[in-house]
Amino acid sequence: MERLDEEPNFDPSNKGYMRLTWWKLLTIDLLLYAVIGGLLMPVPALSQLGETIRNLYFHVCMWFAMMILFTISIIHSIKYLNNKSVIHDIKASAYAAVGSYMGILGYLTGAIWASYTWADPNNPAYASLGSIMREPKLIGAALALLVYGAYFILRSSITDIDQKARVSAVYNVFAYAMLFPTIWIIPRLLPSLHPGQEGNPALNFNDIDARMRLVFYPAVIGWTLLGCWIAQLNVRLELIKEKKISNV
Amino acid sequence: MQGLFSFIVKVNTAHQILALLKKDLLLERRQQHTLYGILLYIASTVFVIYLTLEDPDAATWNAIFWITQLFICINAVAKSFLQEAKGRMLYFYTITSPVAFILSKLMYNLVLMTIMSIINLMLYTAMLGNPTAAYWSFAAIGILGGCGLGLIFTMLAAIASKALQQASLMAILGFPLILPQLMMLVRLSKSAFGEIFNNGIPFQMILLLLAFDALIIILSVILFPFLWKD
Repeated sequence: MERLDEEPNFDPSNKGYMRLTWWKLLTIDLLLYAVIGGLLMPVPALSQLGETIRNLYFHVCMWFAMMILFTISIIHSIKYLNNKSVIHDIKASAYAAVGSYMGILGYLTGAIWASYTWADPNNPAYASLGSIMREPKLIGAALALLVYGAYFILRSSITDIDQKARVSAVYNVFAYAMLFPTIWIIPRLLPSLHPGQEGNPALNFNDIDARMRLVFYPAVIGWTLLGCWIAQLNVRLELIKEKKISNV
Repeated sequence: MQGLFSFIVKVNTAHQILALLKKDLLLERRQQHTLYGILLYIASTVFVIYLTLEDPDAATWNAIFWITQLFICINAVAKSFLQEAKGRMLYFYTITSPVAFILSKLMYNLVLMTIMSIINLMLYTAMLGNPTAAYWSFAAIGILGGCGLGLIFTMLAAIASKALQQASLMAILGFPLILPQLMMLVRLSKSAFGEIFNNGIPFQMILLLLAFDALIIILSVILFPFLWKD
């Protein structure tokens, strides 16, 4: 049996392992700044968006965090395939889970935003939904969530622990490598209302007003770090469960 | 000396791939029930569509054609891994390399999907008419698309064969991954229905699809050795 306690500081009897490290303090600071600054600091006045533009600090950040977390997940999958240590499999699935969660939150914040800006007030909500769901960015996001949904179904349908880890790592790498080029290709095939049609949305410095960048980039870092924090807690829980199983 | 050795390995791998491909084709000839099963599946699917859609317009014809192509692909490719019993996989493990094995499977499914795409297209033309403006370029796109789908589902069948409920799992794993390719194919085949594209766009899309196929082959060669060992 290989060692599962490779995680540094993993010792429940040692109080030090729960200390707030610098990046956790940074997460708290950045998110406080993103919420308070995001609601109070000046934003450009645009006729269609109005004050809903502040949702940028939440909605777009969710997608950024999702992609970064999925990338961390695939890195752990590659590490697993390299050295076959279970800790990397646990981490890959934990980051994928938090990434999917961020994706769902991205959908929810996007739905709220769209209901103020895109939805046609003269039609019932479901009539607008039919055309909104055809948005290429929404298709890309839906594909990412479906892929990771399939990833978790694949994991649950294999009983052998090592085989589960190996097969799901292979699928993770395969799916990620297939999916992410397409997320950048589809938007160029279809017309779209969604901002960021030309090029890659929000990565271009000129897309966002200078005043908003002051909050936007710290918010992206803050939400991503929060995702990592949650994933790390999940990894610890899984490790404790694994230890209990292997000690029986 | 080193060069000679690597040359021998390459020749040996090519030899193995051909032998495995020959074995698959031979099995196809001996166990004809699986082949006829797929042919019957195509025929009955198209017949059901023929009876439910009396006179489809060009856009519907195109969309239904690609969906049929997708389901044929899942059924045709699924058996390439699911038919191999565990003991036989162990035997292959002792006599061949994983790269040769997956390459032979990919090639076999390319051949299979080319034939199935042609049969599917013929049945569509016979039963649902021919709304295309450029029939032969549509046929070429159909074969290209069928082969691309076959490549993706070969790797997914290899993944799904390790899990329970293999057939349904393959569809779950595959649909999000093939959707972009399918959208591109539907879009591209509109050029065969007389839609005017900007100069060079169809050519770019074909290149993109070929690049996808190359990506799948490379990923399969890299990843399959990890799946292979039990």
